[in-house]
Amino acid sequence: MAFIKTKYNRRSFLKVSAAGGAGLMLQFSWLRGMAQDTNPAEEAFDLNAYIRVNTDGTVTIFSPNPEIGQNVKTSMPLIVAEELDVAWDQVHVEQAPLNTDKYQGQIAGGSQSIRRSWDGLRMAGASARHLFLAAAAKKWDIPIEDLITEDGQVKHLPTNQFVAYPDLIQDAVMIPVPEEVKLKDPADFKLIGTAVKNVDGMGIATGKPLFGLDYMRDDALIAMPIHPPAFGQKLKSFDATAAKAMPGIHDVFTINTTLEKPQWSDVNAFNELVVVVGDSTWQVMQAKKAVEVSWETVEELEDTATHQEKMEQVFSSGNGEVKRKDGDPDDAFAKADKIVEASYYGSFLAHNTMEPMNFFADVQADKAELVGPIQTPESLRKSASALLNIPEENITVDMTRMGGGFGRRLYGNFGLEAAAISQKIGKPVKLVYSREDDMTQGTYRPSYMLKYRAALDADKNLIGFEVRGSGIPESPIFENRYPAGTVSNYKAENFGVETAISTGAWRAPRSNFTAGAEQSFLDEVAEAAGKDPIDFRLELFDKAISNPVGERNDYDPERYAGVLKLVKEKSNWGAELDGVYRGVSAYYCHNSYVAQVIDLVKDEDGNPVIKKVWAAVDCGIVVNKEGALNQIEGGIVDGLGHALYSQLTFEKGKAMQQNFNRYRLIKNNEAPAEIEVFFVENGIAPTGLGEPGLPPVAGAFANAMYKATGKRYYRQPYMILDQQEKVLG
Amino acid sequence: MPQYTLTINNQEHQVDVAADTPILWVLRDHLKLVGTKYGCGIGQCGACTIHVNGSAVRSCSLPVSAVAGGSMQLTTIEGLSENADHPVQQAWLEVDVPQCGYCQAGQIMSAAALLKSNPNPNEDEIKTAMSGNLCRCGTYTRINKAIALAAQKQ
Repeated sequence: MAFIKTKYNRRSFLKVSAAGGAGLMLQFSWLRGMAQDTNPAEEAFDLNAYIRVNTDGTVTIFSPNPEIGQNVKTSMPLIVAEELDVAWDQVHVEQAPLNTDKYQGQIAGGSQSIRRSWDGLRMAGASARHLFLAAAAKKWDIPIEDLITEDGQVKHLPTNQFVAYPDLIQDAVMIPVPEEVKLKDPADFKLIGTAVKNVDGMGIATGKPLFGLDYMRDDALIAMPIHPPAFGQKLKSFDATAAKAMPGIHDVFTINTTLEKPQWSDVNAFNELVVVVGDSTWQVMQAKKAVEVSWETVEELEDTATHQEKMEQVFSSGNGEVKRKDGDPDDAFAKADKIVEASYYGSFLAHNTMEPMNFFADVQADKAELVGPIQTPESLRKSASALLNIPEENITVDMTRMGGGFGRRLYGNFGLEAAAISQKIGKPVKLVYSREDDMTQGTYRPSYMLKYRAALDADKNLIGFEVRGSGIPESPIFENRYPAGTVSNYKAENFGVETAISTGAWRAPRSNFTAGAEQSFLDEVAEAAGKDPIDFRLELFDKAISNPVGERNDYDPERYAGVLKLVKEKSNWGAELDGVYRGVSAYYCHNSYVAQVIDLVKDEDGNPVIKKVWAAVDCGIVVNKEGALNQIEGGIVDGLGHALYSQLTFEKGKAMQQNFNRYRLIKNNEAPAEIEVFFVENGIAPTGLGEPGLPPVAGAFANAMYKATGKRYYRQPYMILDQQEKVLG
Repeated sequence: MPQYTLTINNQEHQVDVAADTPILWVLRDHLKLVGTKYGCGIGQCGACTIHVNGSAVRSCSLPVSAVAGGSMQLTTIEGLSENADHPVQQAWLEVDVPQCGYCQAGQIMSAAALLKSNPNPNEDEIKTAMSGNLCRCGTYTRINKAIALAAQKQ
């Protein structure tokens, strides 16, 4: 049982309003949101849940955060419903629009939606439940302590009295929000921890218009952009005479979305674009080809080969930034009996959400309406306000379901472009990127390089560890993550390389590469130390538990070791199975712990086949088991796909992969046939799952491949180097 | 522009479009049937999969002029069943396949065509038949589970 203070004040009374005749809207106002890493019992809240009690007995719960496939549209309302104590089949879920007066942190990023909103969503449900209890107590003149709630009803069992929430609404709205509310004991959860299906499942299976690209109005035109073909180029001039004469084409012009004070979410390589506007997508696509554009080169046109040289060279530049140093690493390496070293490389990656970038905008003289798939609606509104010179309060942003995000839709340049086009033509417009536009305009996962060294003494103890990272443009290291804290002499150093190519967050930023490299390297170190790879890692965790090095270690070694032990047990690690080659990996990121074991076998031709992946996960309380399993399974498949097959390369600043004929995503027949996931049950407040399932799998795969082939894998994507190699699921 | 008569989901439609317009854009832009998705435009991702006379085809690479006329029956996700009661749709709901959901209409259409031609596919046959439908969220294991379940439901 937990009590949470609501920081009651006079603003906290329920506001009630008619909701289109369908029922009554309850709106809860609190002061401020959950801050990160603070004690919930002492926190005040500003998360405003929106609960509509309908006259037909159902409850509408508004989901505040953007839905990109991480399933928060199901799991966030589920938390509210749990504390409100309504049956899930009584609940109807709707996506809330951007509303910073009512909600805080309407962003999909960093696997933070559930973690940041856990207490606030529970309080929203529990406060409403309290009001119904108090209303019934008053109505029946019975002490509130004698009443219970169940399935959307208040009950007094001794007198067999029942009343449904909707029948209490007029009384409930007269009751002030309590100073503190009682939350359920997790042992009493009826919904949280069960397997609940995606609330949009039916709409998806029947082709309903849920996505941004599906949103259209009869009076809107279609627009498509033309951006420079190479990073380092910009627009010089264009001739659209032929294009303008084509059927259905209204206009061809340039827009410029450069902002005086850009936000982080305004990352964009190409601010000045040529835009073709017309009646239909196909007509606009054809007209784009007829526009003659001249580009001028304003920066170096980069090549992948040069990128790799630059990343190598920067390590010897002496310009590194030492992010962390424990003990005396130089001395440890000087004294070492054995030094293990390895270098890892990863290419640029495109996000490649299956739904290409798009946005709808209807900009008028003093107001604007924006609708579409965006992970950062609040940032978009702010930037649109600056670009359009329209006050923020006159701009609405509605969030559609997103056909994938993976970080790409944190950067809302496409929304700004749609707004700029609509302002220019004075009509509503739907901006659509072709796949080629989408894949070649940037905000990629950076290209990375990591160099590791480990020093072992004569007794094969790990006495020194060094990681140096470089990247285009950023290094991927996390200096305070494992194995920091487990080695007396440790150093982490960053090197960066400038680029004209724009980069950004890509599902599990930096971890998506670092985990695979680090976990592959630890496998080599364990082998050099003559130890089982799980035992080797667990011994290091023992040190971090009993005698940690440094004070900034950002993981809990017991929970970390816990997932390794769980995956060891469940996979029956250590049992030597004929013809099965196993690799292990464990990683902590985005506040969750994931350990994985991969089993490879070989087909009759000797090609490796991914037979099974085992995963053990500690994300605290699992809110929705079905959604949680899906996130981990998907993270594993996505992580394998990108580690094995995907890459974006450059020649003279131009992306050499522009569509799925050259950019490889993992296919159905390459995915593991079986994935088994186990969750640690510990009652700790939940953390996110959108990202943490992805990073470790590259390491588990590489380590299993070493067992199968005797070869170590240092370069991602693993399967491009030798086309003879095939891995099937 | 030429006028074409199309039979889509058992209904006749007249459209005025250029001969090379892919059926995908006729469906999405002209007929407001947006369940069929645009993913790549070059037949490489499967998001735009529809049925022509019961076979799965990529509508992004199929010009309207090739499927006009009475003998071509087009089926989109909207017309796969009356009330989401096609065994593949039912299995999709039961297995809770989607994450973002964008590719799933194409996956479902490919799966339905597979089961029509091969009512009891084994695991390898499912994987091979579905390898042309990409899913960035990585829901392949659930897709295959749902197809096996749909085969039982038929």
